[in-house]
Amino acid sequence: MRSPRAHAPRAWQRRLDAAAAALRRIIGAPDYEHYAAHMRACHPGQQVLSRDEFARQRLEDRYARPGARCC
Amino acid sequence: MPKLLRALAWAAISVLGATALATLALRRGESISAAWLLVAAICTYLVAYRLYARFIAARIFALDPNRRTPAERLGDGRDFVPTNRWIVFGHHFAAIAGPGPLVGPTLAAQFGYLPGALWIIIGVALGGAVQDFVVLCASVRRDGKTLGQMAKEEIGPVAGFTALVAVLGIMIVLIAVLGLVVVNALRSSPWGTVTIGLTVPIAMFMGVYLRWLRPGRVLEASAIGVALLVVALYAGRWVAADPVLAAMFTLGGTSLAWLVMVYGFAASVLPVWLLLAPRDYLSAFVKIGVVVALAVGILVALPPLQMPALTRFTDGTGPVFAGKVFPFAFITIACGAISGFHALIASGTTPKLLERETDAPLIGYGGMLMESFVAIMALIAACALTPGVFFAINAPASALGGTVESAAHAVATWGFTVSPAELQQLARQVGETSLLSRTGGAPSLAVGMAHIFANVLGGSGAMAIWYHFAIMFEALFILTTLDAGTRVGRFMLQDLGRHVWEPFGRVSWYPAVLLSSAIFVAMWGHFLYQGVIDPLGGINSLWPLFGISNQLLAAVALCVGTTVIVKMGKARYAPVTLLPLAWLVVITMSAGWAKLWSPDPRLGFLAHARGIGAVLDTGALPAGASTMLAARRMMFNDYLDAAVAAFFMLSVVVIVIASAHEWMLVVGGRKPAVSTEVPFEPRTATAGVGD
Repeated sequence: MRSPRAHAPRAWQRRLDAAAAALRRIIGAPDYEHYAAHMRACHPGQQVLSRDEFARQRLEDRYARPGARCC
Repeated sequence: MPKLLRALAWAAISVLGATALATLALRRGESISAAWLLVAAICTYLVAYRLYARFIAARIFALDPNRRTPAERLGDGRDFVPTNRWIVFGHHFAAIAGPGPLVGPTLAAQFGYLPGALWIIIGVALGGAVQDFVVLCASVRRDGKTLGQMAKEEIGPVAGFTALVAVLGIMIVLIAVLGLVVVNALRSSPWGTVTIGLTVPIAMFMGVYLRWLRPGRVLEASAIGVALLVVALYAGRWVAADPVLAAMFTLGGTSLAWLVMVYGFAASVLPVWLLLAPRDYLSAFVKIGVVVALAVGILVALPPLQMPALTRFTDGTGPVFAGKVFPFAFITIACGAISGFHALIASGTTPKLLERETDAPLIGYGGMLMESFVAIMALIAACALTPGVFFAINAPASALGGTVESAAHAVATWGFTVSPAELQQLARQVGETSLLSRTGGAPSLAVGMAHIFANVLGGSGAMAIWYHFAIMFEALFILTTLDAGTRVGRFMLQDLGRHVWEPFGRVSWYPAVLLSSAIFVAMWGHFLYQGVIDPLGGINSLWPLFGISNQLLAAVALCVGTTVIVKMGKARYAPVTLLPLAWLVVITMSAGWAKLWSPDPRLGFLAHARGIGAVLDTGALPAGASTMLAARRMMFNDYLDAAVAAFFMLSVVVIVIASAHEWMLVVGGRKPAVSTEVPFEPRTATAGVGD
């Protein structure tokens, strides 16, 4: 779990976070924060997977079909 | 006035590009700077993107920023996630760029730099980028359907099934040939073997880190992984310097082949989080880093191209692989010019991420242009070597003999010069005992890259580190395709097999997992092993098969694209995909035909088998076979290769006929031109209602 920052994030911190998020999405890492936010916003009341379970499902799925990796 | 200025700028870019292309094509004699190649490529890409990609976007698909994309309509926080277009671009590029655009151009350098350069630059603009872009658009308009689904729904069930089986066949040949490239790069190289071997525990450590120590901290884990890779690089050097340890890790081709098979099997049965995923992250970072570094290195060094524009081997007598420049230059370079495999990605993850339809040209067309640029850089790195060195590394042992003296002599008979002392010194410089007959392209590319990097940083003293860094990078790349491919192949096999025996298809039932993984590994392992023991070098037979299969898949993708365009009622624009399709059919068919029926035993599989048979009939043993059994196995492998080539050719014919039939029906008015696109849905509620 990410620890909440004690103070409001500064501009450079926000920028760093955004860059890190972009990198994670480029390499195709499971984006739990986005998923959790989506579930809260669009499907309130529905069961939200844990970070571990979400990551496991995403990865299993990614390597189960052609089109994840090329020659 | 800015409009006029812009027009002038585009005119200048076009003229510059045309000048560079003409210079490349016409200059003979002295060596030419790599700058010409870079300028020709970049200017062509810019003009093609500005004119052709826009033309396709506007005239054929009428891409509309106000049309809701699948990511928006079906957003689920998992597969369908609207994503910034530059992030999708990066993701798409990281997914399509593999070892293909590095190895193909390196091998095709045997014809000189010109055939490869022209095919990469023109082929991508009119073929490869068009294919990726059209398939991406078609898939985005169909909720992110896969190529196989589209082939089935747009063309028919026969085409769909052929596409499915073809994909499986391609995966087998692809994995085998990539495995062979790794084996040849690591053969009798303790440094390389140790460094690559260590990447496996490094990835597993990252997996454990991400699972239990700091879940979700992917960037942290990747940073640690990259640091450990550097440690592995130096650990390899340390092992290679110690005579006892070095002897332990000096492995022959067959042992390495077995290790690669064990690795593929492990990746297929182990949990994904432990090995595959962390390796993939590591590989993605190293890939992006090296591509950028190579671009910077080439720009700074601007090495002269030592290879002539055309070599005498355009006549088909080349030692690296057999076959004339037509069609084999176009088969050898698939990725970088046109790669059917991309269609699987353009109809896989990518269409589900697009935020706006109008992002598609950048991602589909632009992403492929980037890959083409990688291929151009690989071609530069290979052609920056002197031809003598290039052929000494890439020609098989049967052509060079085993010593630097015999190699120098063989190279001299081909009209190039390299001295035995030079070859010895180069091997010492890169920290290897020998560089002779390291076929497969990876080592010569690594030498070329080491030259360029050492030029920029570290001088010739750093050659050994740079060489092994490049080998590590290529092997990391290749093994990432190999492990992911084995796992995907296992799933596809299970999916096919469940029709025969239901329990075989249970993806989390261990007996089925182990059995299907073992079968799939055995399938590619057979080709790999055969390649390793092949006296002609293995690459000679396997790489063309891979090229043919990849181009076959591209033909499938272009058939789907053409059908989609025809059914949109835009048959007048069908030549956009028909032109590259026709070219692909011509080259796959003529290459396949040559591989089957050529009377030259180096080229034709059947002629080779006949040659072995003739030797056996005289009671002797053919070259490279130590027993009767081995000779019989060589013959069997020839027939198997021939059957595979025939199967790929037949698949092309089936798909093209099925598609052409569908086009005739629609164009002839016997079938209504009905598009299967998901109907238009405006992004903003007001936009669709008011007017």
